[in-house]
Amino acid sequence: MSVELRSVSKTYGRGTDARVVVADCSFHVERGRFTVMIGPSGVGKSTIIRLIAGFDRPTAGQITIDGRPITRPGPDRQVVFQETALFPWMTTLENVRYGPSARGELTPANKTRADALLDRVGLGAFRERYPRHLSGGMKRRAELARALINDPAIMILDEPFRGLDAMTKRLMLDYYARLSADTGRTNFFVTTDVDEAIFLADRLLVMTQIPTRVRAVIDVDLARPRRFADLAGDDRANALKMTVLSLLHEEVMKSFTSGSRAATDFLDAYRRRLGPALDNRLSK
Amino acid sequence: MSATASMLEARPARAGHRLSRLATRLRETTCSRSRRRALISYGVFAAIWQLGATSARWLGHPVPVLSNLPPPTAVLTTWGHLVLERGYWHSWLTSFVRVGGGFAAAVIAGVPFGLAMAMSRRLRGIVFPVFELLRPIPPLAWVPAAIIFWPTQELSIDFVIFLGAFYPIVLNVLGGADAMDERLIQVARSMGASRWNIFRRLVFRAVLPSTLVGMDVSIGITWEVVVAAEMISGGGSSGSSGGGLGFFIWSSYVGGSYPQIIVGMISIGLAGYLSSAALRRLAARFLPWLEASA
Repeated sequence: MSVELRSVSKTYGRGTDARVVVADCSFHVERGRFTVMIGPSGVGKSTIIRLIAGFDRPTAGQITIDGRPITRPGPDRQVVFQETALFPWMTTLENVRYGPSARGELTPANKTRADALLDRVGLGAFRERYPRHLSGGMKRRAELARALINDPAIMILDEPFRGLDAMTKRLMLDYYARLSADTGRTNFFVTTDVDEAIFLADRLLVMTQIPTRVRAVIDVDLARPRRFADLAGDDRANALKMTVLSLLHEEVMKSFTSGSRAATDFLDAYRRRLGPALDNRLSK
Repeated sequence: MSATASMLEARPARAGHRLSRLATRLRETTCSRSRRRALISYGVFAAIWQLGATSARWLGHPVPVLSNLPPPTAVLTTWGHLVLERGYWHSWLTSFVRVGGGFAAAVIAGVPFGLAMAMSRRLRGIVFPVFELLRPIPPLAWVPAAIIFWPTQELSIDFVIFLGAFYPIVLNVLGGADAMDERLIQVARSMGASRWNIFRRLVFRAVLPSTLVGMDVSIGITWEVVVAAEMISGGGSSGSSGGGLGFFIWSSYVGGSYPQIIVGMISIGLAGYLSSAALRRLAARFLPWLEASA
């Protein structure tokens, strides 16, 4: 499945409260490839995910899946969120079975698949446990299984490994890379972490400050399978990393002199104190 | 399997085992210590009460306040007689039936009402202002109006109890729904779940813990309300035993049987404690995902 955004904009609020989060944003998520979106935090990456998932509609522009416009959420697109969104009142097994059971498809075959998926993500022994008894990494794996059982054409992941400790995060990355290499599924992965992005991506979308657009598209043609530990010693990976970091750095600096509200307030306060001297310096 | 084999197997884990045994013993002693302290506390309380109540006899001079009380021994004696009487138990039954009826009505009306407001922003916008207007009126202020509105006295009392329980239940249902994580519904929608499935398996479950908290708060309020309502309404047609525990206290006061007042007070405390405990036990059964360990 391929996803295409054409001149998509999203504005929240109306009148003076209006906030343009996404402006004239176009890109393409190619079928069967791993597309990673990277950008400074708080620039509207999650908004783009909400639009592709169908939770929200764009204010302008069009989003299509295999040529058809998106109108609502569907099992062909599964989202894994930043923090755990497991159903707290269901056991791990019930969580994983939820999708098929909600659609009335809890067949013996699907039950077997749920068991197999749980074993595959290493949670076979925890199927009767509730989410609060699982560790952070286990919760993420349970969520991956809950999404994968719906056999989505595209997996949409919104910083899924944020908040995990460094070791668990590396394990999860290696693990998820292997998992998606097996299936050849389309992946759309959002992150703020450059190492993570380069490790996973076939294509990298570097985003601008808010209102967000694509700043650059970078092809990551590092050989697969990759190992997270090897990345640090790979010259091409490091060159890519420098490119991405400098792009991101530019975007963050832009926000500091113009975009964000906090920066504006900060500058206003200084302007009152320093007068025109500061304005001269800024305009240079 | 032989005993030596099992001992050999246990050996590597012995240090950990000893530690855990120490921990349990420690827990046991602190537990029994806190129990011992509770017993001492009860004893001291009873002793002060007994000495104060009988101070005129052993001190030759009545201690203020305390000497007006009947001593615990007299209360226990009176209680001993009362437990053999049907009228006393009938008072229990009457109050329990009233509390149960009003409380059940509040749950049956309040939970769907709260859920409906949680599901529909429009309904909430229309109904909630009136709800907030009526809510500050204490249930007991409704007593005269209730007597006029309802055909029988029994219904008036049930209605006032219902009011006492209704507001906290509705508010807690609503609070639980507002606190629900929106992403859970998004996940379900992207899996193709119907609105009904989302309501039944997600919203209803998400609201359950706070609903049960609301019910726990409510049951306490119903006991406060029933006592006051019964004092106002009196014994009804079946005489002194037909008025419930509230009236039991009131008639004991009017009849000048002071130990019996205390018996009535303790009985209501017990009744409230029992219904609350029953509710909590029920709640634990419905909320297995909140248990401390699986």
